[in-house]
Amino acid sequence: MGDVRWKVVAAGLFGLAAAGLAQAADRVKVGFVSTLSGPNAALGVDIRDGFNLAVKLHGGKLGGLPAEVLVADDQFKPDTGRQLFERYVKRDKVDFMTGVVFSNIMLAALPEAVDNNVLYISPNAAPSSMAGKDCNPLFFAASWPNDAYHEAAGAFANQRSLKNVFLLAPNYQAGKDSLAGFKRTFKGDIAGEVYSQLGQLDYAAELAQIRAARPQAVYVFLPGGMGINFIKQFVGSGLSKDTMLLLPGFSADQDIISAIGAPMAGLFNTAHWSPDMDNAANRKFVAEFQKEYKRLPTLYASQGYDTALLIDAAVRDVKGRLEDRQAVRNALRAARFESVRGAFKFNTNQYPIQDYYVRTIGSDGKGGLVNKSFSEPILRNHGDAYVQQCKMAK
Amino acid sequence: MTLFLEQGLNGLQYGLMLFLLAAGLTIVFGVMDLINLAHGSLYMVGAFVAAWLVPITGSFWLALPGAVIVTALVAVVLELGLLRSLYARDHLSQVLATFALILVLNDAMKMVFGSDLPLSAPEALAGPVALPLGLQYPAWRLLIIAVGLLLALLLYLLVEKTRVGALVRAGASNRRMSSAMGVNVPRLFTAVFAFGAALCAVAGCLLGPLLAVQVGMGENILIPAFMVVVIGGVGSIRGALLGALLVGVVDTLGRTLLQRGLHIWLPPQWSSAAGPALASVAMYLLMAGILLWRPQGLWPVRGR
Repeated sequence: MGDVRWKVVAAGLFGLAAAGLAQAADRVKVGFVSTLSGPNAALGVDIRDGFNLAVKLHGGKLGGLPAEVLVADDQFKPDTGRQLFERYVKRDKVDFMTGVVFSNIMLAALPEAVDNNVLYISPNAAPSSMAGKDCNPLFFAASWPNDAYHEAAGAFANQRSLKNVFLLAPNYQAGKDSLAGFKRTFKGDIAGEVYSQLGQLDYAAELAQIRAARPQAVYVFLPGGMGINFIKQFVGSGLSKDTMLLLPGFSADQDIISAIGAPMAGLFNTAHWSPDMDNAANRKFVAEFQKEYKRLPTLYASQGYDTALLIDAAVRDVKGRLEDRQAVRNALRAARFESVRGAFKFNTNQYPIQDYYVRTIGSDGKGGLVNKSFSEPILRNHGDAYVQQCKMAK
Repeated sequence: MTLFLEQGLNGLQYGLMLFLLAAGLTIVFGVMDLINLAHGSLYMVGAFVAAWLVPITGSFWLALPGAVIVTALVAVVLELGLLRSLYARDHLSQVLATFALILVLNDAMKMVFGSDLPLSAPEALAGPVALPLGLQYPAWRLLIIAVGLLLALLLYLLVEKTRVGALVRAGASNRRMSSAMGVNVPRLFTAVFAFGAALCAVAGCLLGPLLAVQVGMGENILIPAFMVVVIGGVGSIRGALLGALLVGVVDTLGRTLLQRGLHIWLPPQWSSAAGPALASVAMYLLMAGILLWRPQGLWPVRGR
């Protein structure tokens, strides 16, 4: 009899202690590391502004808890990114890490987070290795798999019954991956496949090759300034008169449109999001972003905003028990948030399954140019080609 | 056929721009015996000043001479303030000091103008023009070819037919003798350096709209410019022109023909990987080959 009473008391004490340990956190700490200076800063700045806007619209909270967002600049350097991750994870004891734009920096810094049991929500970089054999239970891609825009572009070329397309990308891993993505879906002939040098600014030789090959369309993967120069020179060479130029969304986003201007009118590009997408979450996002920052958001801004919404939903669903990483992870996997892109859910590799659209650049009615999406997606509920290689515990 | 024609024009355009940079570099090297790694930075200064002046003056054609004058003035300040003290020192000190100058000028541009500035070609020249044989070619690149040829001709006349040119040539072939003959060497050096900078500025203004006006743009073009100097022969204007055209054409044709040529022998995934890699090596092979054949360069200054 006495034994039983003891057991009840012990169980009660244990329960009390456990409850004390599992007490909900009083705030959410997010470490945000991105490229915020130098020639590539525009992307990181947009992700940061999108993220901060979502926190601000939630009254400075994420999932009902006061949010503390620590922001730092990786200066486009992998080792700096890694140091900042270490500082936020070990010294500041953050609950989530996020922010990085570029795959090379993210891959260098990521171990600092996941090796210390901190979740990383990627607002942009989503390399195919992390979708397949190197997938990680603590890594989530809230953007789009690196190949997806190119697969969508290939599908669009099929839809337009294009018979031959000329491909151009810089000679490095992401460049080769992108053209492989295009060829995975495209059914026609490749009129030519050229790899330029990374960082190249003069495309005279490539344009001469395109002119000689006489393709119906040209598909280029040229991020940042490379794309700006190529598009300008493509139009300047007169090729745009009878050759369709097809671009991935980030090469035809609002920042690129602003830099190039009129020659962008009428170009096609593929993306998972467009400023004119007709859902309540997106209407609110675009209006509030313009009000706050006096410019149109890019897709990077939409990704930063969605990342904050995703964290907000997960914190809400676990009722603030952030210490329980498995519970937080399950809540993230469920992704119960209103994405500005409409349909969104995570695949088993924690990469998105979502729709991809073709956008065309047209007048905004006020003398400017803006992306407009075709209402029907070109790829529906699209995942990635690597998910089978991902062996991940539930 | 049009591919060769278009690539020939592209090679000519690239070569002539390299010539503008290499001409200044080779005179400074030949006459003043100064290795100036910061030569490309003056090209950057010219482009930034032009991009800054276009919205102020409202015209590219007013900004161009403005940028040339400002860059020449910057060069005069640099020559009087820093480079003058380097002439007597060995080449290693010069390399160190002018490398430091690259870093200083990069940060100075960033502080004054930001890390990049937009610069567009005038509206009328932004499109293509129709050439014979059904070739469309960008108007701006044609203009660059015309200006490059014109400046090359003027430079030739200046160096070969005028008194200043004679002094420069004398300085290049025998510096000690020319100073013994009563040439005001310090003043000549300042003038030569400013003149080299002015040529850089023209190249910067013309290439700015085509490429991008950004910090560090001078470093990319410095290596081919030095190659041109080495290929052509140090101190030789004619050598610089010959070397520049050679490098321009080999680089441009190499980038298309190598890949196409390899396509015949190799499967596409190999040729498209090997082509660009080989093309970027082609220039170095060209330089090495010429130096084996003529160690003094193609058209060296006599009397060395």
